[in-house]
Order: sequence, then C-alpha cells, then structure tokens
Amino acid sequence: MSFDITLILDSLPKMLSGIGLTFQLLILSGVLGLLLAFVLLLMRLTEKWYFSVPAQVFIYVFRGTPILVQIFIIYYGLPQFEAIRESIFWPILREPFGCAILALTLNTGAYVSEILRGAVLAVDRGLLEAGSALGLSRNQRFIYITSPLAIRLGIPPYSNDVISLLKSTALASTITIFDMMGIARTIVAETYAPYEIFISLAIIYMIFTFFIQKGFGYFENFMSRHVKK
Amino acid sequence: MTQPLIQMQNVDKFFGSFQALKNINLEVHKGERIVVCGPSGSGKSTMIRCINRLEKHNSGKILIGGRELTDSEKDIDAVRREVGMVFQSFNLFPHMTVLRNLMLAPQLVRKNNKSKAKEIAMKYLERVKIPDQANKYPSQLSGGQQQRVAIARALCMSPEILLFDEPTSALDPEMINEVLEVMEDLANEGMTMICVTHEMGFARSVADRVIFMDLGEIVEEASPQEFFENPKNERTKLFLSQILSH
Ligand SMILES: Nc1ncnc2c1ncn2[C@@H]1O[C@H](COP(=O)(O)OP(=O)(O)O)[C@@H](O)[C@H]1O
Ligand SMILES: [Mg+2]
Repeated sequence: MSFDITLILDSLPKMLSGIGLTFQLLILSGVLGLLLAFVLLLMRLTEKWYFSVPAQVFIYVFRGTPILVQIFIIYYGLPQFEAIRESIFWPILREPFGCAILALTLNTGAYVSEILRGAVLAVDRGLLEAGSALGLSRNQRFIYITSPLAIRLGIPPYSNDVISLLKSTALASTITIFDMMGIARTIVAETYAPYEIFISLAIIYMIFTFFIQKGFGYFENFMSRHVKK
Repeated sequence: MTQPLIQMQNVDKFFGSFQALKNINLEVHKGERIVVCGPSGSGKSTMIRCINRLEKHNSGKILIGGRELTDSEKDIDAVRREVGMVFQSFNLFPHMTVLRNLMLAPQLVRKNNKSKAKEIAMKYLERVKIPDQANKYPSQLSGGQQQRVAIARALCMSPEILLFDEPTSALDPEMINEVLEVMEDLANEGMTMICVTHEMGFARSVADRVIFMDLGEIVEEASPQEFFENPKNERTKLFLSQILSH
C-alpha cells in the first residue's frame, strides 16, 4: 500500500477549513457545559432533596449513555414533538449545529459537575473549620476558601474532560456538520483514501490536544504558585 | 462575681450512638486561663469545639457571654466573632499570603476596609514577631512560624476568648517554645483562654485551673499546684505518671 503525500497536502487545508466549526463546537459547549456543571454542582451541594435528586438523575442519565445516542435523540427525536417545534428553542433545535451544541453541553456538563464536586469535597475540612471559627459565613467560605482550592484541584481532571470534548465534537459530523471530521469524511468519500486522510486528521487533533494540555499545565502552575519555593 | 464568659451546663455530645461528652459542666470567667488535658480520645477537642459550635451539642446548655448557642445562625455568628481558635494543624489558607490570611476575616466579618485590615494584620504579626514574613505563603514558613501566624490570625478578630487545640502537638520539638512564648504573653496580658495541651510546664506557669478529662467526662478540676502535686482521682494519677515519665 502506498501513502499518497500529495493527497494529504491537498486535503490538509480543506480539513483545516473546518477548524472554525470544530472550535465553535468545543468552545460554545465547553463554556455552556461549565455553566451547567456549576448549576448542577450547587444543586447537589444543597441539602434539599428536590434540588439534589434531579441533578443526580440528570448526571446519571448523561454519563450513562453514549454521546452519539444523545446526539441522535436530540437531532432525530426532539422534532417529533409538536411542543418542541412550537417552543422558543425551535430555531436552535432545528439546526444540526444547535442540536450538536445542546448534546455536547449536556454531556460535558454532567461530567464536569462530577469533577467539580470531587474537587469541592477534596478541600481540607480543617480549612473550612478555620473559616467558620473566624466567623465567615457559608457563602464566604465557599467563595474565598473552597472555590480557589477546588479550582486548583479540579484542573487536571477538567483538562481531560476538555480533551474528550474536543474529540467528541467529531461526532457532530454524523448529523451533517462540516467540522474537520465532517470534511474529512467527504474527502474520503470522494477519494477512497481513508488511510491518508484519517491519519492526517488524527495528527491535527493530537496537535490541538497537545496545546490544550500545555495551556492547562500553565494554568495549574499559576494556581499552585503558593505551593512552590 | 460577674457572669462567667463561658458556661457549659450538663452538656452531652453524641457521634451516632457513641457518647463523646458526658454531662460536662464548666464555667470560665473573663481573664481565666484553663488547661485541658487527658488521654487521646477523651473528648478534649470535642468539648472546646462545642464552644464555637464546630460541633453541635445534643443536650444541655452552652452560653457564651450570656448568649445561648442554639441553631440560630445569628447567635452562632455572634459567638464565633468573639471566640478565636487555634488548631493543631494550623489550618492556614494555603492559597493566600500570610497577610491575606490575617486580613480576610477583619475585612469580611468585621467589615474593615483594606488599609485598616492591613494595619490590624501587621500589628498582630509584630506581636508574634514575624512581620517580615507577611508576603510569604504559609508553605514557605516553618511549622512554628505557621502556628504563630495562626495565632495572629485569630487575634486579628480581637476575640474575647481564645481556644487552643493542641497547638504544639504537630511541631518539631525545637519550635514548640516559640509558640508557647506567644501563648504565655497572651496569658499574661489577660486573655481568656482554654488550651488543650500536654505541655505541663506551660500548665504550671500560666494556668489558673487544670481540667483532666477521660472517657468524655471531666474527671478532675484543680489549680495546677494541686493537680500536679496532689491529684485526687486514680485516673488522673495514672495519666500524670505516664505523661511525666516521658
Ligand atoms: N466527627 C466524629 N465522628 C465520630 N466520632 C468522633 C468524631 N469526632 C470525634 N469522635 C470521637 O469522639 C471521641 C473524642 O474525640 P476528641 O474530642 O477528638 O478526643 P481528644 O481531642 O481528647 O483526643 C473519640 O473517641 C473520637 O473517636
Ligand atoms: Mg484532640
């Protein structure tokens, strides 16, 4: 089997033209997912069952099912409901892009909220007791003690989740989105050269993964500056 | 005599079905210095942690400055503003500099502005003799220095009462004295304090009263002189023989 270099050089710019969409998917669902994760976290941290139980069920469902299934349910399933078609969300859910963002957001939100919860629970209890003893309120302790320390503890698992999210964006190509993966699939359909195209694509994803890891590495160092020296 | 600053009346505390405190009765007046000792697991920490509601007692009454500790957040906050605590493991906020550790509560709880809070912080850092460490992070200090910072942090709230829970137990031997000196200074200045400690030299020189606890009970309560020279209870005698033989 021969490896067609010119084909790779031809296709690289085409695939990279999908970078914008890949990053829109990553960043939009990453940010929305983080917000959702935070809401789910707060729901779980309250001692009220009517907040924490729904959050737990939501997390269980979205962590317990394949993201591809979630994407298909949202894209093919939701439009069958008249209520959805008549709701204010229809302009978003009508578009494959909106469906992909929704599915990725719900999925990453569920995962990240568990990461945040783990980080919050890992904060040394003694520090919170010291905060209480000084007269800080529950909210003050959460803002000034728990959060900064939990963020630091949560960075490594969170960076893993961002990397998975980057890779999950490729699933959006299954619902007619022309992100890098979507473009690669059309090129493969035209050229019958899956080997060259998908390997080049894999390398592109790896390069982005590398930069995401580096970026979080710097962030972690910055947040851990007090541990150094 | 005036009303006691701390009153514990028939206090019981359970962890599940395990009774950690049994019918504790204790009165501490303003300016009194109390040393609490007893074997590990005897309830010393639990008792002083009930005083600032880090633990919630199950029955009996606790009054601090006449204010009863109940579920009322308002009362708990009010009590915590007046009761400082120093922990065995320092519990400094690792992500804040020494200065910010000290300024946090004066700013958030006492609502001082930044420059006032800083002034207070520097004043107490000088009291514990480490103003030059203000801009370091706790992890950059020795254990003894960290504990002095923790004492300064408690003092920044100008508490009426200071609680110490084995403040020197986590320290290397050569650092114990620098912390004890700070505590002795405070005692001599009239601070009301309850110290859980096994530093018997400290107990002899500053305590007005020594309390011995075992199995969740206050077994003996006496002046240091009496306590060390003429202990009444068998359990006290056994404990003293063990601790003084070291
Ligand atoms: N949070 C807790 N949950 C269950 N048991 C506890 C808890 N805190 C303390 N205890 C138990 O209560 C007893 C008294 O503990 P403590 O007050 O810490 O003793 P001391 O400070 O005298 O060593 C011990 O037997 C301990 O195991
Ligand atoms: Mg203890």
